[in-house]
Amino acid sequence: MAVTIAKERWSSKCLEVVLGSGLKQIKIGGETTLPFLHFEGEMPNVPAVALEVFDAPPVEWPDFLSSAFEGVLGDPAAWAKKCVEYGADLVVLHLNRTHPDQGDASPEEAAEVASAVAAAVDTPLVVLGCGVDEKDAAVLPEVANALAGKNCLLGCATQDNYKSIVAGCIAGGHAVIASSPLDINLAKQLNILITEMNLEPQKIVMDPSIGGLGYGIEYAYSIIERMRTGALMGDKMLAMPVVLLVGSEAWKTKEAKTPDTPDWGEQKKRALLWEVTTAVSLLHAGGHIAVVRHPESLRRVKEHVSRMMQPQTY
Amino acid sequence: MALTGLEIYKLLPKTNCKECGQPTCLAFAMQLAAGKASLEKCPYVSEEAKEALGAASAPPIALVKVGAGERVFTAGNETVLFRHDKRFEHPTGIAVTLADDLPPEEIAGRVEEINALCFDRVGQLHCVDLVAVKNVSGDPAVFAGVAKAVSGKTNLALILMSEDPGAMEAAIKETAAFKPLIYAATAENYEKMAALAKEHDTALAVKGENLATLADLVSKITAVGVKQLVLDTGAREVNQVLGDQTQLRRQALKRFRPFGYPSITFAAEQDPVARVIEAGVHIAKYAGIVVLDTADRAEILPLLTLRLNIYTDPQKPIAVEPKVYEIGAVNENSPLYVTTNFSLSYFCVAGDIEASRVPGYVLTVDTDGTSVFTAWAAGKFTPEKIAAALSESGAGDKVAHRKVIIPGGVAVLSGKLQELSGWEVLVGPRESAGIPAFLKQFWN
Repeated sequence: MAVTIAKERWSSKCLEVVLGSGLKQIKIGGETTLPFLHFEGEMPNVPAVALEVFDAPPVEWPDFLSSAFEGVLGDPAAWAKKCVEYGADLVVLHLNRTHPDQGDASPEEAAEVASAVAAAVDTPLVVLGCGVDEKDAAVLPEVANALAGKNCLLGCATQDNYKSIVAGCIAGGHAVIASSPLDINLAKQLNILITEMNLEPQKIVMDPSIGGLGYGIEYAYSIIERMRTGALMGDKMLAMPVVLLVGSEAWKTKEAKTPDTPDWGEQKKRALLWEVTTAVSLLHAGGHIAVVRHPESLRRVKEHVSRMMQPQTY
Repeated sequence: MALTGLEIYKLLPKTNCKECGQPTCLAFAMQLAAGKASLEKCPYVSEEAKEALGAASAPPIALVKVGAGERVFTAGNETVLFRHDKRFEHPTGIAVTLADDLPPEEIAGRVEEINALCFDRVGQLHCVDLVAVKNVSGDPAVFAGVAKAVSGKTNLALILMSEDPGAMEAAIKETAAFKPLIYAATAENYEKMAALAKEHDTALAVKGENLATLADLVSKITAVGVKQLVLDTGAREVNQVLGDQTQLRRQALKRFRPFGYPSITFAAEQDPVARVIEAGVHIAKYAGIVVLDTADRAEILPLLTLRLNIYTDPQKPIAVEPKVYEIGAVNENSPLYVTTNFSLSYFCVAGDIEASRVPGYVLTVDTDGTSVFTAWAAGKFTPEKIAAALSESGAGDKVAHRKVIIPGGVAVLSGKLQELSGWEVLVGPRESAGIPAFLKQFWN
């Protein structure tokens, strides 16, 4: 029996964003269809997977996580190199020490750390502030200045602090992460506000504020799906690629933190699956960069993505 | 295609008799179009209209049941491609395989392991749904014997997996009362498999080599009157499964009848991480049943959790009962936190209280299951409501102190709440993750 393959006729596509400079520069976005539906449209760029680096040695990490970075946990530059060795497409530097309760490091100190990490690796760099709006507004412009010309991705800019961060990104030639609290209208509104400051739309990546598996992942899942269909239907202010900050969400869950138990099985396997399942499901909703913490998660997610990049046979 | 309210109205008696419970025929037509009423409510509808409406109102994906008694597994009746368009109706069934060549002494253990794949989440049990008995031995008598043994040891629904009609006949004779799913009818065996499904009134899985051969086979099988079907497109590579599942769902919604049944997929990878990833993709992307060869609790927990999340009704926030919850070994000096009765809010706060290692009470205020910010913006999380909850919940009998911790995001409520309730109001962290740090600083 003849079966006609059902294809949607989308009128538009996701924006393509270029990150980094030089040989290891990457492109994300540019799709003309839903994730991995090769029979329907183009998926010109492979979704990227990033590993995380912190500016201070982590506390309360399980052994099987910290042992993957043994010897480099006190040195962000060496840590970043290790991430590249593991095959990360991007390195994500968390400036946790700038947090008022965790050292309150100055913008200048933060910029120094960021410069050292940027000098150590040639993969594109993502730099994330501590999440306190006012502090990030002071730190990220300084970082933007120190990394000028490297085309990094800086964030997170929120509705309350985007002005100084976006100004820094424009001056330093960087892209910005526009972060919204699980609300597609606020996401769109922030994109409008940022582009009104004359940052080009292809210099914006959206962070919808994901929850981990079991902790509200379905909200992010549906918002990302709506962002993608919005982009494909021609909404220019929802067409930016999506970054998934998986590591921070997955590793704070009870399921990742609880040691081996008869009820929940082996912690190592469970925690890894928690991170990988969170990342993969949101990539299938329409995410473009998955930021994970464990190098094994990186390997597994990349392996899955490369399988999904194989076209369907029809 | 579904009919509009006006198209349906034209087929109704237009007498506005109200016997259907609606004020007018037009209102009833609108309810029918929205899928909120059924045609049987109208006592005067003509046979002609019944036929026209019946065909149009049949669900695009048939409802299929596997099993009998207390644990019947149901799939189908799906109406959307994206959960945000309405909701996904029936959570993907998770089936765990059991090979019939296991040494006989290990079979009972494997069944028990599968039976025990249940997890408690916020007071609700989430379990796997089916046991897939697989005819690896190739011996009909062994297959029948194992199927019978398994059926006696589990309440889960059964899938009998064999493409040999002889083996299937032997096994179904032993287990017909449990209404197992016959897997599978293929181009070679479909006449015999369809006859078995018909004779024993069980659901039948149809396995094609691709979409076209599947459609072909389904038409042949429905022609002989077997209508409880489950579809296998034959794809085993995850990229092809995604494509095929998307096609099945899209075409079913476009009323291509051969694809109007729930599907079955296989997470065929032997590597544990890869198979969980694959099963996860199948769950998110429309599979009616996913079969995998593991009873490892660390592998099943993430899949059951993903299923719970994806199949949550997006139009209905999940609420917990508004009351005082005890986290850990509380006493009269334990801190008292207040949040909304949105399950996720409660869950986050409870989790972070546990992480702080200081037992505490959580008072959830009834905000119709909305989150702190949403409830505050909608006037459902007000000083008046919190004060009322404090006095009505009996929180004051549980603690000797009169201090209450509110979410940092609604710090603005603190003055009025203090005034209304007489409790000292402490402004907690904006996010519950800050609870351990907050306690160190502000509680003692």
